[in-house]
Amino acid sequence: MTHVTLASVPKLAPQIRLRFDEARQRWTLLAPERVLVPDEIAVEILRLCDGEATVEVIARTLAARFEAPPAEVRNDVIEMLQGLVDKGMLVA
Amino acid sequence: MTAVEPPLALLAELTHRCPLQCPYCSNPLELDRAAAELDTDTWKRVFDEAARLGVLHVHFSGGEPAARKDLEALVAHCSTRGLYTNLITSAVLIDRSRMQALAAAGLNHVQISFQAHDPANADRIGGYAGGQARKIEVAGYVREAGLQLTVNAVMHRQNLDELDDVIDMAVRLGARRLEVAHVQYYGWALKNRAALMPSRAQLERATATVDSARARLKGTLVIDYVVPDYYARRPKACMGGWGRRFFNVSPSGDVLPCHAASTLPGMRFENVKDRGLREIWYGSAAFERFRGTGWMPEPCRSCDRRETDWGGCRCQAFALTGGVDAVDPACEFSAHHTELVTSAERESAAAAPAFIYRRFGAAVPA
Repeated sequence: MTHVTLASVPKLAPQIRLRFDEARQRWTLLAPERVLVPDEIAVEILRLCDGEATVEVIARTLAARFEAPPAEVRNDVIEMLQGLVDKGMLVA
Repeated sequence: MTAVEPPLALLAELTHRCPLQCPYCSNPLELDRAAAELDTDTWKRVFDEAARLGVLHVHFSGGEPAARKDLEALVAHCSTRGLYTNLITSAVLIDRSRMQALAAAGLNHVQISFQAHDPANADRIGGYAGGQARKIEVAGYVREAGLQLTVNAVMHRQNLDELDDVIDMAVRLGARRLEVAHVQYYGWALKNRAALMPSRAQLERATATVDSARARLKGTLVIDYVVPDYYARRPKACMGGWGRRFFNVSPSGDVLPCHAASTLPGMRFENVKDRGLREIWYGSAAFERFRGTGWMPEPCRSCDRRETDWGGCRCQAFALTGGVDAVDPACEFSAHHTELVTSAERESAAAAPAFIYRRFGAAVPA
């Protein structure tokens, strides 16, 4: 199992799609036989997972955007990303 | 009464043609002929309407969907509409260049059906010589093309003891998902029930095998497993509830709440050539008929699982009781439940009769 750290570079796993669902007006994560509905913060994080930014950079961007304490944001981001890695939605 | 939600998934049965002859095929006993199939442009219009309606997943199914020469074009069309595409295939008509073409068209996921682990047994069950070797080869092409792979293994008394090997095979082939799909007894499978029904002891061994594999393979392979109806205490929520999440378009364009719904008497299903999908989903009598909980008999209507099981399967209830509104006999509260379990135990203990293979005309007259 992959452990997400501040140095990890997360991106969507092959053939996982993040798209806006017009009919339901919400973001969705599409995978084989599955539809996940990430919450607003998760969507913000996922859109920063471009395969180049490290978790450290993603957390710093979010902390600035939401004017939140960086240490707290780092833990939340790692926890959320780890959950999606465990589900096979992300690779890191 | 809750509002009707938009559908999440479309099962597009492109054709009933198939080189395999599995005796538990989910297609109806009376198969659509090639001449009755929708053309490419009509299918594209159906996918456009489905995307606008809120569909997110399209499952290309059949018969064997690769029997359609326009499969790549249909996948590409769905892909441009943002639809997540899944090919449900026997794999035997696909070669390396076709898999690459499908991947280039935007295909996301391939689900290959396996009839067993042992090649001789698999080829005998599918009625197709050399099938197993071909499937294994094509699974390699799926992975090579960077697509997600699911192994679908339909299990019954004549292959259930190979389950450990099937699981190992799925891992070896690089599948992320394995569907251990016990046969569902409608249509062809109901005709072949005595040849397919596992014993309770076989089933209990299989369940233990899945439990231990799930623990061992966490993070490597997800195993979908549902206990077969005849040995369950409560019915399955067929299709997640009638007209709730899914619909099926038959090769000739009939829009059905599930792939077996055409077996129900007194139902009139509308066709994509006559009416738009939106009107059919929200406004047709067939989709309204068993939607929600208002149609339910007692004890379903006051059951605390009414919005979990959604009344089970209408096709099974009709096939086994003669009543389309009857309690699904898979439920322990059905008056027919004991009879169902007894018949399963009796049939599984007797010698297996020969298969009636799925072929055009093989089951008609019934």
